[in-house]
Amino acid sequence: MDGAALLGTPKPAPRAGAVVRPKRQGTSAWPLIDRIGYWLCWATGIALCLIVLWIVVYMMIKGIGYLRPALFVEHPAASLQQSKSGGFLDPIEGTLIITAIGTLIAAPTGIGIAVWLSEYARPAPLARAVESAVDVIAGVPSVVLAIFGLLVFSESFLGFLSEHAANGTVYGRSFFAAGIVMALLALPLIVGSTREALSQVPDRVREASYALGKSRASTIRCVLLPSIRPDVASGIALGMGRIIGDTAIITILLGQTLTTQAVGGTPVLGLLRGTGSTLTSYVFYNSPAGEGNSPQKAYAAAFVLLVIVLLLNALVTALTGGRRLDRLGIGARLSLIGRSFPWIP
Amino acid sequence: MRRRTGHTEDKRAERTLGALAVALLLLIGGMIVTVFVNAWPSFSSNGLSWFGPGGDVDTQLRAMQESTPLPGHSIEYFRAWPLIWGTLLTTVLAVVLALFVSTLAAVFLTEFAPQPVRRILEPVIRLLAGVPSVVYGLIGILALAPFINHHWISTSRKQSVAYVVQLNGADLTTATVILAVMITPIMVALIAGALASVPLPWREGSAALGVNRWRTIVRVSLRTARPAIVAATVLATARALGEAIMLAMVAGGRGFAANPLDGLTFLFEPVRPLAATIVQEQEGLSIAPLAHTIYAIAAVLLVSAALLSFAGWAAKQPLKRYGIRA
Repeated sequence: MDGAALLGTPKPAPRAGAVVRPKRQGTSAWPLIDRIGYWLCWATGIALCLIVLWIVVYMMIKGIGYLRPALFVEHPAASLQQSKSGGFLDPIEGTLIITAIGTLIAAPTGIGIAVWLSEYARPAPLARAVESAVDVIAGVPSVVLAIFGLLVFSESFLGFLSEHAANGTVYGRSFFAAGIVMALLALPLIVGSTREALSQVPDRVREASYALGKSRASTIRCVLLPSIRPDVASGIALGMGRIIGDTAIITILLGQTLTTQAVGGTPVLGLLRGTGSTLTSYVFYNSPAGEGNSPQKAYAAAFVLLVIVLLLNALVTALTGGRRLDRLGIGARLSLIGRSFPWIP
Repeated sequence: MRRRTGHTEDKRAERTLGALAVALLLLIGGMIVTVFVNAWPSFSSNGLSWFGPGGDVDTQLRAMQESTPLPGHSIEYFRAWPLIWGTLLTTVLAVVLALFVSTLAAVFLTEFAPQPVRRILEPVIRLLAGVPSVVYGLIGILALAPFINHHWISTSRKQSVAYVVQLNGADLTTATVILAVMITPIMVALIAGALASVPLPWREGSAALGVNRWRTIVRVSLRTARPAIVAATVLATARALGEAIMLAMVAGGRGFAANPLDGLTFLFEPVRPLAATIVQEQEGLSIAPLAHTIYAIAAVLLVSAALLSFAGWAAKQPLKRYGIRA
């Protein structure tokens, strides 16, 4: 510590709760190895910033360079010539549909499970089992979820959710199938943030509500859930981010047709039973690893994808609120958006 | 509407929500059972040698896809070692790389970074975590792989192994670097969280004894946060293990057990991790033997992921003893 600061004028008392940082002390007096460590820290921090800067700038240059307004309104077409392979209207629609299905299923389910886990959780062993089931979903690679989903949706009794082949086999790949499995992917994030928020609600709020003669169920519905709305919303936004960014489930469960292919004549239902693509599978298809191999389209679509993710990121920050964000721990703050962060309580 | 008494309503709410939770539990249980049931034919016909080396794994997968058994073997014949080895290599190398980077970054973030720098670095790390894996894969295959191919792999190096495998930049190094970038944010978040919650008096005590800041961090903060570092490593391993799309794009997709005895060339040899194999072979899910093999791979991933999740949870327990939530 700085000797002068210790002996000399007393420092004003820090605000309660504020992090007290000792006055920066020169590193010149440190042993060489300590100084190396110090500079390595700086180097890593700056390197991380540079990597992100490079990713964003690279994607921007490549993405904007190949982005044409026409891409947003043209249907994709299979062609080896990049000028003829159309735009990504269908993938954008696909992303919207999948996100909508996934969120619509995951949000009520996730909130329900979280409420049960925090407010009821009886019998206790069952609650613990459910808790670990949520952890298992959070930890399972999405490819595994995807091929499990394919098994389930190929069952004949679920044939109404996808295409029936003439010989009676069920195709098992459709917007329904992909959307429902995506809901599993988003579930842990929604459960996690709802539970975290519920545990922050002071007990006196619940007691006040009980004292007014409200039942537990109506306390949850009318008092608890409205009070944690922003946290639930940010959990849902996180889940949406994860759904939008996932590729494995789409390539396996959405059938890998470039354009949206409806099944049968029913307007909405037929579409949802049909196959299609999303932005992620479009990028995969057009990357050198996929069959399309038209990097320009891949760059343009990836840029759009990145912008969507950035917007969602901003949305989560806005929902969590700048001031409240500062009160969160650094780990929670960092974990606000991320695909594998439900592990962090 | 008739007013129900609070009690009945309460019971109904509890039952409904409980049923939802139980349904989830059953679904997950069902998933584990289904995957194993479908994987069983592959395991039972190969025995424990499933995990061992033996022949070219790409050829075995192709044989299953074409439903023509390899001469002298059953149709289910499969030796996963090259894939397992590829998974181990990419995962371990990436986690080791990310461990160094993220520990330093977490220390920087919590201890050294001035406020303005921290305000930049936090969103940067969050952004790094938010980039979809397919975008990482795209950057890897279109930017990093060609770069490594042109600048790092000499023609003579390519020729030295040309009769076994082609080196084209989509390789172990590319996969490892990108994977490390992908798992760094998780690790930084966990480690920084733990570092930030080390009780201030402990650090002050060290400083009061005349220990400089760096030593205080190493001897007090990092030591206290050690369980969190272990947990971060374990959880990042689970993440790296399950990464499929990015690795399917950049790792080379060749079931080749990269050989460390090849010297530096080893780093430029293609690999084929387990999860990536599932994505690449998914067309074959309608062909029974290949589907069994794919489900067997999925079962291995499922078990490893579950074990790692549990290990991560267990590793974090000592922190609770200090009353640190991380």
